[in-house]
Amino acid sequence: MIEIISADACIDCDKCVDVCPTNVFDAVPGSHPVIARQPDCQTCFMCEAYCPADALYVAPDRQPLPGLDEARLAAGGRFGEYRRWIGWGAGRRPGSLRDANAELPELVATFLPDTRLQ
Amino acid sequence: MARAERTPAEAHDADVLVLGGGPAGTWAAIAAAAAGARVVLADKGYCGTSGPTAAGGNNLWYVPPDPAAREESMAAYERAGGMITDRAWMARTLELTWNQVGQLADWGYPFPTDSQGRLRRSSLQGPEYMRLMRLQVRRAGVTILDQSPALELLSDPDGVVSGARGTHRQRGDASWTVRAGAVILATGGCAFLSSALGCNPDTGDGHLMAAELGAELSGMEFSGVFGMAPAFGAQTKGRMYQFARYYHADGTAIELPPGLAARPAVARASLDGPVFARLELAPPEIHEAMRWAQPNFFLPFDKAGVDPFTELFEVRFVLEGTVRGTGGIALAGDGCETTVPGLYAAGDAATRELVTGSRSGGGSHNGAWAMSSGTISGRAAARFARRHPAAVASLRPAGQVGLPAEGKAGPSRPVSPDEVIANVQAEVLTPGKCMFRSAATLRSSLGRLDEVWTDQVPHLGPGRGRQRAREAAAMTAHARWMYQAALAREESRGVHRRDDHPATDQAQAIRLRVGGLDRVWVRNEPIRTAS
Repeated sequence: MIEIISADACIDCDKCVDVCPTNVFDAVPGSHPVIARQPDCQTCFMCEAYCPADALYVAPDRQPLPGLDEARLAAGGRFGEYRRWIGWGAGRRPGSLRDANAELPELVATFLPDTRLQ
Repeated sequence: MARAERTPAEAHDADVLVLGGGPAGTWAAIAAAAAGARVVLADKGYCGTSGPTAAGGNNLWYVPPDPAAREESMAAYERAGGMITDRAWMARTLELTWNQVGQLADWGYPFPTDSQGRLRRSSLQGPEYMRLMRLQVRRAGVTILDQSPALELLSDPDGVVSGARGTHRQRGDASWTVRAGAVILATGGCAFLSSALGCNPDTGDGHLMAAELGAELSGMEFSGVFGMAPAFGAQTKGRMYQFARYYHADGTAIELPPGLAARPAVARASLDGPVFARLELAPPEIHEAMRWAQPNFFLPFDKAGVDPFTELFEVRFVLEGTVRGTGGIALAGDGCETTVPGLYAAGDAATRELVTGSRSGGGSHNGAWAMSSGTISGRAAARFARRHPAAVASLRPAGQVGLPAEGKAGPSRPVSPDEVIANVQAEVLTPGKCMFRSAATLRSSLGRLDEVWTDQVPHLGPGRGRQRAREAAAMTAHARWMYQAALAREESRGVHRRDDHPATDQAQAIRLRVGGLDRVWVRNEPIRTAS
């Protein structure tokens, strides 16, 4: 679930409010948006993908995780992680250029010739 | 009508109204606009992120226009789908998917080139695909209403669907009304708020709206589909599990068929105790390619500090319902018409039996179907609207249940939508009830679901936002259609598993129509022979 809007990084663009498919955030005039309905978060990472400031941390867990250490997560590169993978943001290449889904069956045939994987 | 006119709300006039902004809805909007229609697209969430495609991505059923290759692929899927597919629809879907993928390339979708230098176009990464689709919808001149769930359809005195009304959930639930010559339901399937990846916007709203006007559904028994996810989360990306081995809590291996065919057996094993997985069959040489194929599979593991290649992790099964199942609104013609005039259905809101039969439509087939049925419905709805412009007055709101703010139910002791949702989820979210079925468990669940429909749904009070009560009613109706159809199909076929009828019965290679609200009915539907 969405856990953290970093007050240091957030630029108040409210993009997360706009794009959340389950309407988890509320905009606050003159301030950072807030996580208003955390139980509605479906952990789809879309807000993390769209946040231009890498200010959001979506935890992988389906239950809330109180007491997360923002500084430690930031130091570990855990903000904006999905955005890096999909290659959004200035100077990045779209991750889809490296999409290997179509090749997977051939890779399986090459590296696992003895198995009957699908 | 008094209700719609009482509040002077935002109003739009259009030729075609599209409800839902996932792949089917966006392809529909673009096709209708290309045919000259004025189009409004309303999405419950945000067109571009809503639904399972944006979050999950799609492999596509994508076969080059080589008659022999297509024949072979259709024949294979016909068998896998339990011989209840439709050749004409399959051929159209393959043709349109090929064309629309070419369109995506022309629009600049960044398709990959593989290690042999070949362009590969059979996989679409979700965020990239749906961001591009939103851009193209805007370029087509379509008016987009984001965060704007539809609450009910409007129909004219002749019973022709003529628009819809809904709410702006980020503007204090202010009302909107769109009058349109035709309406396309692209509202997705129903996963019952299970949190399966990207699926929570999909609560079967379109099915309820259609059924309130007498629309029929088909294939609702093909709904017992569960995705596998790490137990800590809900990320139901399934493909990487072809590299998994599975273990009981005591560390003993579970003997299973190879590859993805193992999943039902893993689900059954999970009924008796926790099951653990590890992607130990993937050789290190392909780990990197796997990560780039599905970064959204690996992201939760990375964040959780779990290496899925070397560490055991517990898995659980998360309902994907009719998002990955194949049941949905029945189609009455080659333009994705429903059985209600002026109303069209596309993508996961429509039945996908025509191209996937009884097997899961997840991934490739649903992705191809969304593109093709979206395009087909958009063209047909634009044609219909030209012949039949929207009525200017006397539109009747068709909603019957779950509209407490409208004074329709007037409950003295309101029932909260969350209570109704929890009662429905108790009957559908567990594999022991929804995946592995028997007459006894289905009757027991139907008894409780009928009680919810009769005793609670009419008394639904407002929840958080006006959409919540509608979602609660929609999910109750959906579960009852699923289980009545499942009770009627006394065999196992594809994703419909009856433990009391484990074999497939050749005599039941038929489709089942289902419908009704207070009284749910089921009937056999003859299958059109291949042309």
